[in-house]
Amino acid sequence: MSTRTEGAVAEPEAGTVELSYREAINAALADELASDPTTLLMGEDVATAGGVFKTNEGLSDTFGTDRIRNTPICENGFMGVALGMAVTGLRPIVEIMFSDFLPTAADAIVNELPKFRFMSGGQCEVPVTVRAIGGGTGRFGTQHSATGESWYMGLPGLKVATAGTPGSAYSVLRAAIRSNDPVIFFEHKGLYGRKGPVVRGDGGISPLGDAAVLREGSDVTIVATLLMLDRALAAAEQLAGDGIDAEVVELRWLRPFDVDSVQASLAKTKRLLIAEEQVHVAGWGASLISELTLRGWRWDNAPHVVSLPDHLLIPYSPSLEDALIPSAERIAAEARAAVGK
Amino acid sequence: MSGDRRLTWYRQMVEIRLFEDKVQELFMQGRIEGTTHLCQGQEAVSVGAVSALRDDDYLTITYRGHGHALARGMSMTAAFGELMGLTSGCCRGVGGSMHLTDFSRGLIGAFAIVGAGLPVAVGAAMSSKLRGSDAAALTFFGDGATNIGTFHEALNMASVWKAPVVFVIENNLYGEYSPVRDTTPVDDLADRAKAHGMPGVVVDGQDIGAVHQAVSEALARGRAGDGPTLIEAKTYRYRGHSRTDPAKYRKPGELEQWRERDPITLLGAELAAAGLLDEAAQKALHDEVQQQVDDAADEAAQAPVITLEEVEDYVYAH
Repeated sequence: MSTRTEGAVAEPEAGTVELSYREAINAALADELASDPTTLLMGEDVATAGGVFKTNEGLSDTFGTDRIRNTPICENGFMGVALGMAVTGLRPIVEIMFSDFLPTAADAIVNELPKFRFMSGGQCEVPVTVRAIGGGTGRFGTQHSATGESWYMGLPGLKVATAGTPGSAYSVLRAAIRSNDPVIFFEHKGLYGRKGPVVRGDGGISPLGDAAVLREGSDVTIVATLLMLDRALAAAEQLAGDGIDAEVVELRWLRPFDVDSVQASLAKTKRLLIAEEQVHVAGWGASLISELTLRGWRWDNAPHVVSLPDHLLIPYSPSLEDALIPSAERIAAEARAAVGK
Repeated sequence: MSGDRRLTWYRQMVEIRLFEDKVQELFMQGRIEGTTHLCQGQEAVSVGAVSALRDDDYLTITYRGHGHALARGMSMTAAFGELMGLTSGCCRGVGGSMHLTDFSRGLIGAFAIVGAGLPVAVGAAMSSKLRGSDAAALTFFGDGATNIGTFHEALNMASVWKAPVVFVIENNLYGEYSPVRDTTPVDDLADRAKAHGMPGVVVDGQDIGAVHQAVSEALARGRAGDGPTLIEAKTYRYRGHSRTDPAKYRKPGELEQWRERDPITLLGAELAAAGLLDEAAQKALHDEVQQQVDDAADEAAQAPVITLEEVEDYVYAH
């Protein structure tokens, strides 16, 4: 494969650095592209201007346009191309500009990627990573604001990941790219400017499938992903001022689904609050409650949920969008209700 | 064209024909379940095109893919075993009739979703190009697939990227139960190549030499870096769309008319005229292949069924 990697990438800084969520994505991509010559990034405008959200800035200069490859606007088609590349020796990373465009590639995502290895009787591996950029707060309107995180979590053969902090963006994305199975990795476009600590280098790659306790506490467990995770951490700060000690669990992987970590946290706090930027029906929050119940978890305190309303869609009007997407204050208020204070 | 090559083609076409006839028989006996899509009548397209490939080239095929797989060298036992759902199958019985796959032969996928194999072939071709190989990819699909989005998406990408891929339409005149003229506004499907900036070639799908030559030229063009080619092979399927389809939508006399241009009969006449294989030798060859088919089916049937525990390993590679 023709590359121009030699000497082009500075040695990744090892150790903890302060990066924005956008820079963390860029660093994860750069580090994987540098470490494995079979990786490549493809999608709409991924090379031109570094992607519409600038996550890929500089990558085409460093790795060349063979490996940072613009595609025509045809998600189902280029997802199939990625599959063909993956089963013949490459490790493609596919960027989906808005999560809302994922259903355009639904055949590839539902019927091809997760089933290909299985139907062949284990003859191949399908190392495709799909980066889907989703979520609200951007004033993008009804067709450009979905997180999409739960749409594909019911598909055996696929893995589904999310990231709500710069640190998890780096560590989870690198783990996703290293997986030999297809992974959809969800990013949130409302987080790109958010800064935080990132453990850069191979030591920063988190174990695939694990949830992470980002703040320890004993009064209530808040489980969240993406922007809601960021807001749950802010809510926990507010709650601390009220003498409520919240534990915040980031559900970084929706498939595999780390119920153990949530259950361990619940054993301590006895109270669950789910914060999700999606309707509650048929999402990971509902599945989490179901899984815990099936395990025989005794709900001495009924679980609480903060989510998008089941009867509405995201409107363009900025004030209405803000009113619908759960804020840190709403999460904190629901946590107080869960704790009974 | 060497006489030897045509003799090989003849035998391969007879193998595919008698394999498919046997599949039909096994269905009637309940020894194969589910559905199947047979390709009697289309053998010259499978064998003519696949014989133009190199061993390191890639191939994606469709649910009507028994002929493609056998042409690529899959053993009849592996094919029968797959249709029977047994571990003797190429996918250990997990895939079934619509998913005859064999990575050891570059047969990287058989698709039960119309049009889904085209972008995958483009991906394999691009992968080959990016890895510095001159291996090409060929993808078979039916006339019906030329109306689905992935057809246009795949041709467009392949053309923009000059991917070494050959798109082969097997135009058997029917997309499932519907005549192509009812669903498609052009007479020659190869005309659609023009919209995607590549050559479109119409070829007589009953003439194996013509198919072979068209595909060979397209592969050479792809390997030379000149991009993809769309080839339309005009052919006919003798059976209905799938097992339960009696094909009552055919015009009277249509089947009989196509049988007059049966690809095996045509090549057989050519070989007889050339003094390479007379009628008696052809009859002997048919008998020999019939025995081979029957033996392969019996051998495949001896294998056990895979366990659910083993199947679990195929969901994730980890």
